[in-house]
Order: sequence, then C-alpha cells, then structure tokens
Amino acid sequence: MKSFDTNNAEKNGIIHSIETCGTVDGPGLRYVAFFQGCPLRCKYCHNPDTWDFKGGTPMSVSELAEDVLKYSSYINFSGGGFTASGGEPLLQAEFISRLFKTLKSKGIHTAIDTSGARFPGEKDVESLLQSTDLVLLDIKSITPKKYREVTGLDIRATLAFAEDLSAKGIPAWIRYVIVPELTDSEEEAKSLCKYLCGLNNIKKVELLPFHKMGEHKWEALNRAYTLKETPPPSPDTMEKLHGIFAQYRLPV
Amino acid sequence: MRSEWEGFIDGRWSGEVDVRGFIQRNYAPYEGDEGFLSDVSEKTKALWEKVLILMREENEKVVLDAEDKIPSGITSHAPGYVAQELEEIVGLQTDKPFKRGIMPNGGLRVVKRALESYGFELDKKTEKIFAEYRKTHNDGVFDAYTEEVLKARRSGIITGLPDAYGRGRIIGDYRRVALYGTDLLIAFRKQDLKTLEVPDMLSDVIRDREELSEGIRALKELAAMAATYGFDVSRPAANAKEAIQWTYFGYLAAAKEQDGAAMSLGRVTTFLDIYIERDLERGIITESQAQEYMDHFCMKLRMIRFLRTPDYNELFSGDPTWVTESIGGMGTDGRTLVTKNSFRMLHTLRTLGPAPEPNMTVLWSVNLPINFKHFCTATSIETSSIQYENDDLMRRYWGDDYSIACCVSAMKTGKQMQFFGARANLAKALLYAINGGRDEISGEQIAPEFAPISSEYLNYDEVMRKFEQILEWLSRLYVNALNIIHYMHDKYCFERLQMALHDKEIVRTLACGIAGLSVVADSLSAIKHSRVKIIRNEQGLAVDYQVEGEYPCFGNHDDSVDEIARDVQKTFMQKLEKHKTYRNAIATLSVLTITSNVVYGKKTGSTPDGRKAGEAFAPGANPMHGRDKKGALASLCSVAKLPYEYAKDGISYTFSIIPKALGKDKEERIKNLAFIIDAYFYDNGHHINVNVFDRETLMDAMEHPELYPQLTIRVSGYAVNFVKLTKEQQLDVLNRTFHEKF
Repeated sequence: MKSFDTNNAEKNGIIHSIETCGTVDGPGLRYVAFFQGCPLRCKYCHNPDTWDFKGGTPMSVSELAEDVLKYSSYINFSGGGFTASGGEPLLQAEFISRLFKTLKSKGIHTAIDTSGARFPGEKDVESLLQSTDLVLLDIKSITPKKYREVTGLDIRATLAFAEDLSAKGIPAWIRYVIVPELTDSEEEAKSLCKYLCGLNNIKKVELLPFHKMGEHKWEALNRAYTLKETPPPSPDTMEKLHGIFAQYRLPV
Repeated sequence: MRSEWEGFIDGRWSGEVDVRGFIQRNYAPYEGDEGFLSDVSEKTKALWEKVLILMREENEKVVLDAEDKIPSGITSHAPGYVAQELEEIVGLQTDKPFKRGIMPNGGLRVVKRALESYGFELDKKTEKIFAEYRKTHNDGVFDAYTEEVLKARRSGIITGLPDAYGRGRIIGDYRRVALYGTDLLIAFRKQDLKTLEVPDMLSDVIRDREELSEGIRALKELAAMAATYGFDVSRPAANAKEAIQWTYFGYLAAAKEQDGAAMSLGRVTTFLDIYIERDLERGIITESQAQEYMDHFCMKLRMIRFLRTPDYNELFSGDPTWVTESIGGMGTDGRTLVTKNSFRMLHTLRTLGPAPEPNMTVLWSVNLPINFKHFCTATSIETSSIQYENDDLMRRYWGDDYSIACCVSAMKTGKQMQFFGARANLAKALLYAINGGRDEISGEQIAPEFAPISSEYLNYDEVMRKFEQILEWLSRLYVNALNIIHYMHDKYCFERLQMALHDKEIVRTLACGIAGLSVVADSLSAIKHSRVKIIRNEQGLAVDYQVEGEYPCFGNHDDSVDEIARDVQKTFMQKLEKHKTYRNAIATLSVLTITSNVVYGKKTGSTPDGRKAGEAFAPGANPMHGRDKKGALASLCSVAKLPYEYAKDGISYTFSIIPKALGKDKEERIKNLAFIIDAYFYDNGHHINVNVFDRETLMDAMEHPELYPQLTIRVSGYAVNFVKLTKEQQLDVLNRTFHEKF
C-alpha cells in the first residue's frame, strides 16, 4: 500500500539509467546506477544528458536494492558490487546512504563515483560515507584556475572532500582525465602527485585518456561541444604521465 | 592386451565398446597454463598457405569445383591431396580439394538445382538413375505428406525441414575407429546381430537387422577407403598420429556419404590427448609435432564442404558445416576433462588464424581450471570463434561423455541420436491465433478455421486462449511432418557409417524447434501491459498493429515479460510431448534459429510488439534488437530464465560486446568475460556465443571484404566468415544489440 502521508514518505532516488555490466567503475562486475543531475559542466563530460536535475526515473530504495540483488551471481563470482555514478551522486546522498545500508546488509560492496563536489560535515554526506566501501574520486584538475575552466566550479569542495576521506580512512581510487592541451601538462601532473602523496587512503590512480564517445549526446542536447577538434592523448603522453605518477610511488 | 594398446590401463573397454571407460582410466587432467604450447611449424604454414589460396579462389566463385556424375560414397572417389608431401593428416571428400560431392539419395532436385546454380550440369545418366530407378528421401517424403503439412510448409509456419536434403545432427563416435579399428567393430556388430535372432520377425526387428548389416558393410568400405590412402584402419591406432588419422577417416567416411545440415565431430580432443601423452612419454614425438598433427587435422576439418542451393544459404548463411567439437567439461567424478590437447585444439585458432570450423564448443563448468578458463576467454576476445555451453547443467542429463551436435544439441556420444526438426515460427502462430487460422500475408486458411478476434483492441485473455488452440494444432502437425520425414530418411538415406559408430540400443530424440520467441513474448507483453490496436485490411485480415504506451520487453530482467517467454516455451514443449513419435523418439525443443531469423522475419507479417512486416526476428533466444536497455547482464539474466528442462535441445544466445566494455585492459577483459560466463551458467543459462569486436570493424569488412578473409563471428550456434554472409545477414548482425556502454 502506498502511503499518502508525504511527510513520512522517504524520498526516492532519481535515476538517469542503469548499466548492469559495469566493468570500469570499481572492482569486478558492477551494477552501476547513473543518478540524474550534476552541478559540474565538465568540457569533456561523456554523460551531459545526466546534468539536468529535471527528468530521470524515481526509484525507491527497496526497488533499486531488489534489482541489484537479482545480479548476485555476477557480483559474487567477480568480487563486484554496486556503484552510484551520475550525474553527481553526492547530490542524492541521503537516498544513497539508505540504499547502501540495505545493500551492505546483504553483503554487497558499495562504491560512489564522484567529483567530490560537496563539503564534508553535512549530515547526509556523513551518513553516506559510513556505508561506503570505496570512493572513485574524479579530480578534474589540481589548480584552482584550471579546475574552474574545466568544470565551471570552485575546487575547494573537492579538495576538502578528498582530505576528509583520507582522515576517515575510506579507500579511494583517484581518477584523472587526460585531455590534450587542457590537463596533459607535466607540471600539473606533478602538483597532483604531490597533493595525493599527502593523503593516506589512495589505493589506485587511474589515468583516463580523453575520448569523444559522448560527443553525439552534446549534439542531441544542442549544447556546444568545445573539444570537437581535440584528439585523444597520444600513447606517448599517456606513458609519460604514467611515469610521473609512478615516480611519486602512487599506485598507478 | 593388443600391442597397439600397450601402456594403457586396461578395463572393460578392451572387451567391448566403451570409449568413455577408456578415457576415464587413461586420461591426464591438466590444470596448468598455456605455457607449454608450441608455435606454428614451417610445414604447417606452407600447407595452410596452399589451402588459403584455394579458399580465396573459392570465395570468388562460391563453389570452386563439383562432381557432376558419381554420387558421393565412402569409396566413390580416388584419394585426394592438397600437397601430399606436406600433409601429416590426409583425406579429402572427393579426389580434389574443395571439389564438392553430390548426394542424390537425399533428393535429386536439390542436387540438380545446386549444380546448375554454380555452372555445372548433372550427368544425364546419373539423373536418369535417380529419376527412374532409385527413389530418393525427398520423393518418399512428398508421397506421404498430407495436404495440411504441405500448406503449413508453404505458408512458412514451419520451414527448414530436412525433407529435401540430409538431416544431419547425428554424431558417429569416430573415436571408436581409432580405439578399436574396423575389424573389432565389425566383430562386435556381428554379436549385436546375433542378439536379434528372435522368434518373431516383424518390422522393428527387420529394420534393426538391416541397419546393423548396412553398418558392417559401411565399416568395410571405411577400411577400403583408408587403404587407398595407404593406411590399415582394420586394426586399432598404434600412436598419436594414427589415432588422429583414424578418427578423421571415420569422420571423413561419414562426410562422404552424408551431407547432413550439421556434420559434427563429437568430443575427440581429450580422447586424442591420451595417445599424444603416451607418445610424448615414450619420447617418439615432440610438443611441436603434437601441435602440428592437431593443426593439420583442423585444416582438414576446415575444408569440409557440401553442395548447397542458394536458398539454403539464405537459411543457413555462410556455408556452415557444423563440424562441432566439444572441448573440456568436468567428469562425474569431479576431475576436469580438460587436457593439454584442449589447449592445442583452441590454439589452432592462433596457429592457423580464426575460422568458423571446426565449431569450437567449450563445455564450461564453474569448476573448470582457472588457467583454462582464462585461456578460453583470451582466445574469444582475440578471435570471436568460440561458443560456450553449460556443462554443469548438461552433465545432469547426459553424463560426462556427451557431444554437441550442430549448435546446442547435446547427445550421449555413440548412445543417442536425434531426428532433426528445424523449427516452427511461433510469431506467425500468434498471428494465426488473431486471424482465425488464416495466414496474415496470403490470407489463405492454413489452420482449421475458427472465429478470428473481432475487437478493435487486443484482449490478453482472448489472445492467449486462441494462441493455445493454435499451438495445439501446430504441435500435432509439426510432429506428424517430422515423423514422415524421418521414416523416409531412415528408409532412403540411412546414415550407415554414422550409425555403425553407435551402440545397438540408442536413445532417439525428436528435435523440434521454435523461432521468434522474443517477438511472441514482447507481443504478449504489449497486449497485456499496454494497449494494442488492430489495423485490418479490406478483407478484414489483421495486418498491422498500433502499440499505445510502453510495455516491458524481454531482455531487461523483468519478470512481467520474462515469465511470458518462459510460459510460451513450456506450453509448446508440453504440447509436443503429447504426440506419438516415429521410433518412439522423445520430443525435445530448441530455441535456436541459426541465421534463419532473417528469413522467418521476412515471411512474417507485422506483430503486436510493434515489429513491422518483414523485419528480422532476433536470433535464437535473443531479445529483440535494441530493446534490451539495461546492459549486457540484464539481457543474459532474461535468457537464463528460459528453462532447459523444457528445451533440452538447447537455448541459444548470441552476445556481442565491444572490447572496451569488458574492461580497461586485456587482463581485466579476460577475467571479466570468465566471470560473466561463470555467473550466467551458475544462473542456469545454457549457451552463449561470444563476439568481442567493434561495430566499425564489421562496417569496414563490408566495404573491404578482401581485407578480412578470416574475420570470424559467432552467429546463432555457429561461426561464419563474416565476408561470406549475404548482405542482408551482414546488416542483421550490425543491427543487433552491441553492448557498448562502459
């Protein structure tokens, strides 16, 4: 029976889409839910259709958790789990924290794929982090100016979020997207490395070469895609940057 | 013990035919990795180069050469070679490579038409013999077909019936030739014949006696054929090379007298490993030679050809022969049946490059050694040439020495055969339910007349009631048609040699099939969960449908539609079971289309799921193209819900994924693919074809076929050279769901 008492009704999550065979967002095979809505406007975003806070499909915790559990065999065999991606999942932290509690009670590994766009300390984020096994933290740039150029937002929340994770000892995989002439400089890579060396929870660093798989979505949304002429980084560039992270003894 | 058997552990197998017993006592399970494998030898390279030249020539002409006079038989042709000095394993179907034989016992018209289509002409005298003096299987069938069957056949509600060509899907236990030699096999057969000296000589016994006698004759011919190549297969094989050669001669003799749709090899890899291990231990061969023998064996299997008509090619595209070999699996005692030779067999996809044949079929168990699992998935990712079938599921029904015939049909090797039955078009059946038994395209009354649906919108309960009624009629008609076909095939086109390599007492199944399951499930889901308006033509025939609103589609792991698919499959199976069958065959069902999903779609009007008239069905048990929207695993889960118990002839699923969607790097992809197969089979999925490539590769291959002579892809239950598919088939493959999100 549906409850009509809206005050007591728990808020639904707003889901953009679901990928049941996620292989790149955390360990093993993962059920990935893309949450609708993102405050960032990254130039290279490959899911611009998840930005808008309107739209999406509402789902309750029990609905989504039940659906995830239908894939237990795949999750168990592969040591996989559930990943909340987006959009920016932190903006639905309250819902996801309830979802994670349910999933964890069933033994499902939980991860969030985030840009860390919220300051720590708020109740819903705190609660979410309590039942999060892994954070895939996307650091778009380490320099404030470049960060704003890439994302349209201020860098402070992300850094505070990263440091909070370290303080709490929550395992994190750092992701850094390499875009030619935007984020591929050696100096910037070195600054990022120095910063990461000050954290003690980094289990993995993933350097992701820029790709244009999302370009058609920008066109469909009638948004100007500024990286039309930008090629993917060369294997040489990738190797060079890889070497820098290795020099800093980061688990790249 | 005989000298050829020295070094083997004795058992019941030495006194009677018991190949499984021989394997169990003598094989060496292998849990290690592929590190021991050898590279391709110079000799193999040189020989393969010669074969490739001929294959390229054949690609241009479709049929390189054909016999126009002498019907093919075990001893009909002089020995043939590619380059005798290079060939470690010898034997061709006729006297020249890629020269296709003719087998008019199946049907004269097909032979004639096939020859003419490729610029040959059947010898007048041969034609006269089969037109006037020697009745064919095809003639027999049409003597007995009822009016009802003829109509159903014409309208396409059942098609692909083996009524004009060899039925195939019978696997001789070719290992027996190597283990025992033909003299011993004949001696055992004579004992069998003695047991049939019974008081009452009636048709069953008479037929059995005649078949056993024919088998003895065929075994003698096999020995004579081998002798023309300089080998004495009357005795057991004495070493690895002979074991492979003897096994191949057994298979070759079968392929010389039968052109069945699927001429599968069985499960020979692990059996052959026993001989190879013995020779390696004795120090008489090296690993490099062992690989060379297997390479040359596979080369011969890749050269098997049958003469087909162009319209056959539309049904089963790309000139497939289904030389299916079952590799791996687990024994009932818990030991793995993976041996070093399982690796060598799959390694031929590298030494010789990818190829559709032999149809590499890995019997997968979650308990397979991890090294072998990863070797398989790495090979899949590299070549897209392997299919996987659930050994943990099939072992429960068929033990641990079954083989796969064709694509997904399991049978106990040498102890079981099937009467191949092509498939019924269930989507068309659903339209008959709506139209009162009239065909939606021709308007002709095909099924017995009953009241068509007259409302503006379809009502689920009413449709289901009428659908049941049609399925009742269809199942009876279908079984009757198959009874006629197999009665005549036994009579006029009996597989003498293949059946001589079976036990005397065998299990027979009547292998029925269905096409269009996902179309039916989605149509019924649309009727149930949204509103479907009927559009009628002037004659009042429902010819199109308008779907109002959304409905759950098969392939998204949603029970509200997946259960419909399951119930339809189960209902049809239960109806088939009710009918009497020729030779008391046990009715079974497959959800498999091969590439006929395109032709079936062409012959079927618009369906209530929104599919337009003429559009292709999804292959096998696949969800309809583009309707599986929740990713690869959701699609797999829906298919895994179809119960094998009610489709013991197999449930085929074809999976295409781009490399990147399997993981970031090679190592991850290899592991992830193994996890996917593990979980899918753990959830009781039966079969999966794995393709790993980008859509762009296929598009490029369509434009520049000359650059992709060996590009192999898995379709429904077999693999093909992509460039050999018809344009339509190529587009169908391109339109399928590629899992490409990551």
